[in-house]
Amino acid sequence: MDITELTVHELQEKLKNKELTIKEITKAYIDKIDEKEKDIQAFVTILSKEAEKEAEELQDKIEKGEIEGDFAGIPIGIKDNICTKGIKTTCSSKMLENFISPYNATVMEKINSENMINLGKLNMDEFAMGGSTEYSYFKKTKNPWNLNKVPGGSSGGSAAAVAANMVPWALGSDTGGSIRQPASFCGVVGLKPTYGLVSRYGLVAFASSLDQIGPITKDVRDSAMLLNIITGHDPKDTTSSDKEKIDYTKCLEKDIKGLKIGVPKEFFGEGINEEVKESLQKAIKVYKELGAEVEEFSLDIAKYALATYYIIACAEASSNLGRFDGIRYGYRPKEYKDLKELYKKSRSEGFGPEVKRRIILGTYVLSSGYYDAYYKKAQQVRTLVMSEFNKGFEKYDVILTPTSPTVAFDIGSKTNNPLEMYLADICTVSVNIAGLPGISIPCGVDKQGMPIGMQLIGNKFREETILNVAYKYEQSTKFREKYRPEFKL
Amino acid sequence: MSSEDYEVIIGLEVHAELSTKTKIFCSCPTTFGAEPNTQVCPVCMAMPGTLPVLNEKVVEYAVKAGLATNCEISRNSKNDRKNYFYPDTPRAYQISQYDKPLCEHGFIEIETSNGKKKIRITRIHIEDDAGKLNHDELGGGSLVDLNRAGVPLIEIVSEPDLRDAEEVEQYLRKLKSILEYIEVSDCKMQEGSYRADVNVSVRKKGDEKLGTRTEMKNMNSFRSITRAIEYEINRQIDVIEDGGKVEQETLRWDDVSGKTFSMRDKEDAQDYRYFPDPDLVAIKLSDEYIENIKNNLPELPESRKQRYLEQYNLSEKDANIITSSKYLSDLFEKAIEVCHNPKAVNNWIISDISRILNETEMDPIEIPFDAHQLGNLVILIDKGTISSSIGKKVLVELFENPREPEEIIKEKGWIQISEEGAIKEVVLKVLEANPQSITDYKNGKDRALGFLVGQAMKETKGKANPQMLNKMFLEELAK
Repeated sequence: MDITELTVHELQEKLKNKELTIKEITKAYIDKIDEKEKDIQAFVTILSKEAEKEAEELQDKIEKGEIEGDFAGIPIGIKDNICTKGIKTTCSSKMLENFISPYNATVMEKINSENMINLGKLNMDEFAMGGSTEYSYFKKTKNPWNLNKVPGGSSGGSAAAVAANMVPWALGSDTGGSIRQPASFCGVVGLKPTYGLVSRYGLVAFASSLDQIGPITKDVRDSAMLLNIITGHDPKDTTSSDKEKIDYTKCLEKDIKGLKIGVPKEFFGEGINEEVKESLQKAIKVYKELGAEVEEFSLDIAKYALATYYIIACAEASSNLGRFDGIRYGYRPKEYKDLKELYKKSRSEGFGPEVKRRIILGTYVLSSGYYDAYYKKAQQVRTLVMSEFNKGFEKYDVILTPTSPTVAFDIGSKTNNPLEMYLADICTVSVNIAGLPGISIPCGVDKQGMPIGMQLIGNKFREETILNVAYKYEQSTKFREKYRPEFKL
Repeated sequence: MSSEDYEVIIGLEVHAELSTKTKIFCSCPTTFGAEPNTQVCPVCMAMPGTLPVLNEKVVEYAVKAGLATNCEISRNSKNDRKNYFYPDTPRAYQISQYDKPLCEHGFIEIETSNGKKKIRITRIHIEDDAGKLNHDELGGGSLVDLNRAGVPLIEIVSEPDLRDAEEVEQYLRKLKSILEYIEVSDCKMQEGSYRADVNVSVRKKGDEKLGTRTEMKNMNSFRSITRAIEYEINRQIDVIEDGGKVEQETLRWDDVSGKTFSMRDKEDAQDYRYFPDPDLVAIKLSDEYIENIKNNLPELPESRKQRYLEQYNLSEKDANIITSSKYLSDLFEKAIEVCHNPKAVNNWIISDISRILNETEMDPIEIPFDAHQLGNLVILIDKGTISSSIGKKVLVELFENPREPEEIIKEKGWIQISEEGAIKEVVLKVLEANPQSITDYKNGKDRALGFLVGQAMKETKGKANPQMLNKMFLEELAK
């Protein structure tokens, strides 16, 4: 048995039955990382030694009965924009190459209080800006299904590590699709929660009104379990919801007979790959067989979502990234003649090209004389997008779309064409714009054997529903049993 | 043309640090004067990933300030980011309020030499203070101290209703006293917790268009503000009279040379790229919330003044001076509680205490002694234990090294000589030494009596009871 093939709920089962120990589990993952990292390049920081030591201590404590808990000793990987006290948090940027956070993100406090074991920090597009993880300052993560392909992004390290069994599950962050799109490219499950469900405290901000932390897992049950751990109101984040915590695993198996699924036709039009469309049509058929009512409808406003997204996200980013000025932490050039040059050199040498592109774009749209035409207009469109979705949810329980217009593309094929790269976000950004929950689950592979993702969008705080709908599909199609990454070169 | 032909227009942006215990967006203390970077946390140092949480007390204090200055309070307000790079601003943006301030459309009334005048307040908004840059004495360069970063501020913007330096001073004093009364700011100007940006422009009388304004930032003494405004008015008029144009710019006032200097190069016109802070939720205030604050507002200077006129029969002028500062006013009321002599306390405050404050440029809040000590000083004089001239010396002592007046006079040996035998001895001695004065007095020169009493005072180092001296001299001279 390859321990690393197991999902977390399977690991829990085996721990409970004493078929496995925490040490064995951790060892298996450390070995797997040793074996695969040279090909996959998923990690910025690997914590093998620390993890091994921690596993030993935890096992000792468990044997002595000092601690218990369903997740004690379960390993995890963390996207490198989530602050971890005492461990580097680089955002895959030269700017923060040696940055060690003096505090833990709220989600890390939650992970730590469950006594989970952090295997390391996962690669990403610099400051979460990108859709292929090629914009990491340190390395290009490969797609485990085909090492010539990108893993998606920006949480590409997280998705690839889960797909390659280097971690049982991972945390990512999603601003415009950064959890769902790499999950789709890597054939795993990625959930972006409702804006406000998970505390953003300690997530290095890209676009504050869009960012959410979420789970990337092997299956839907694991997704619900990790979501259970990371949700909850946080007084340190005033945008976090004070809704009472619920158990997301409870509703997974609920019958979906009579459930209404809306399929917006705009998400199946031009630019969407034919094989992706076909795969989704098959998924729709499965849902019909499961007794759901599927209906096509129009979500016309969605065509404006991409432009709206890039204006709002870049505007916020241009302000959020101002603090990286070389004064208190982060990259600072060895020589500078005055304050102005210190700023200039720190930022032009510390940031990569995509980050600079977005800072410039964001600065522009907020500038006096342009604010009304861009930022203000984008906020107005944002309100429209929200109300269009609201209308949709008056009729439907779930909205079904592709996660990405294509499967994973070749490394290097889009880095010189930023606009084409931005278009890859077309199916996911409107969900962030509207603050809704969305999950991507694998629904097939194309002729080349690359996984295709299906996105299920729910109404605000209806994670229960999309997890239920995703779970039902997963159980009836058994994607994981049919397809495995083959590490094709 | 002369300066008479010009009209001066002055608008102020006053910054007052709020006296909340903790900072505006984190729970760090706001204590002044701590070791650099000891009152900081990841939030106010703007570490990556941190988020601001608005201190509710800040909103409450700002609403208080709004209500006390007759403002309308917004039910719907928000925080906006003001983006700019400077090492004292660790986030690279200040969290301020742009288009929806908490308070708007207020006014306060000031007393000018031409009578009462209403000065309109455009708005009051909340924002965070910046840190401080300290020049490094050893290595060159600057050191950043973020203790002050995140200390809450209100910015009070006035309409351009002020016409000269005197009005500006009256306005600043009145506003300061209001903020002190409602206990939202200690307004310590020397510590920078009450400071003003001054906008000055001039135009020829009759012109409709406003002149180009210049701004002087972070002025924190009444004297500098007055001097700077007067200088700047004359400078601008001179520029125009010489056929030039006033440039819109930020100026620095230099106290030593008594001149203003240009601070930034003009090409650096700032675009702050204001936008709503997505990390903070909108500020929504209910009518009940505002009503509740309104009903619990402390007594304001205007109403205290009215009370003093009626209750203590103070003159309008004296009541104005005492109520100009909450600290003076509190000192007044508490000292009366101790000595039950309002007239005497009033006199002490109006004359000697005010004079010392003026001479030393001390703010009433910095008065080192307490009301109890002042009250006891009055009692000592009333009981005849010391003379009022010794009282003045005691007051100086109270300013220098405050302790109980009894202690001071014992220590200094200033207890009044009220014993008849001792007084008589002095009187006889003085008369013997000044026969000419006796003659003068008998020739009808009443002034001679004053001279003799003065001599006796000198002889006793001011300790003799003046009433007794007077009486005894009269008795002796009548013989």
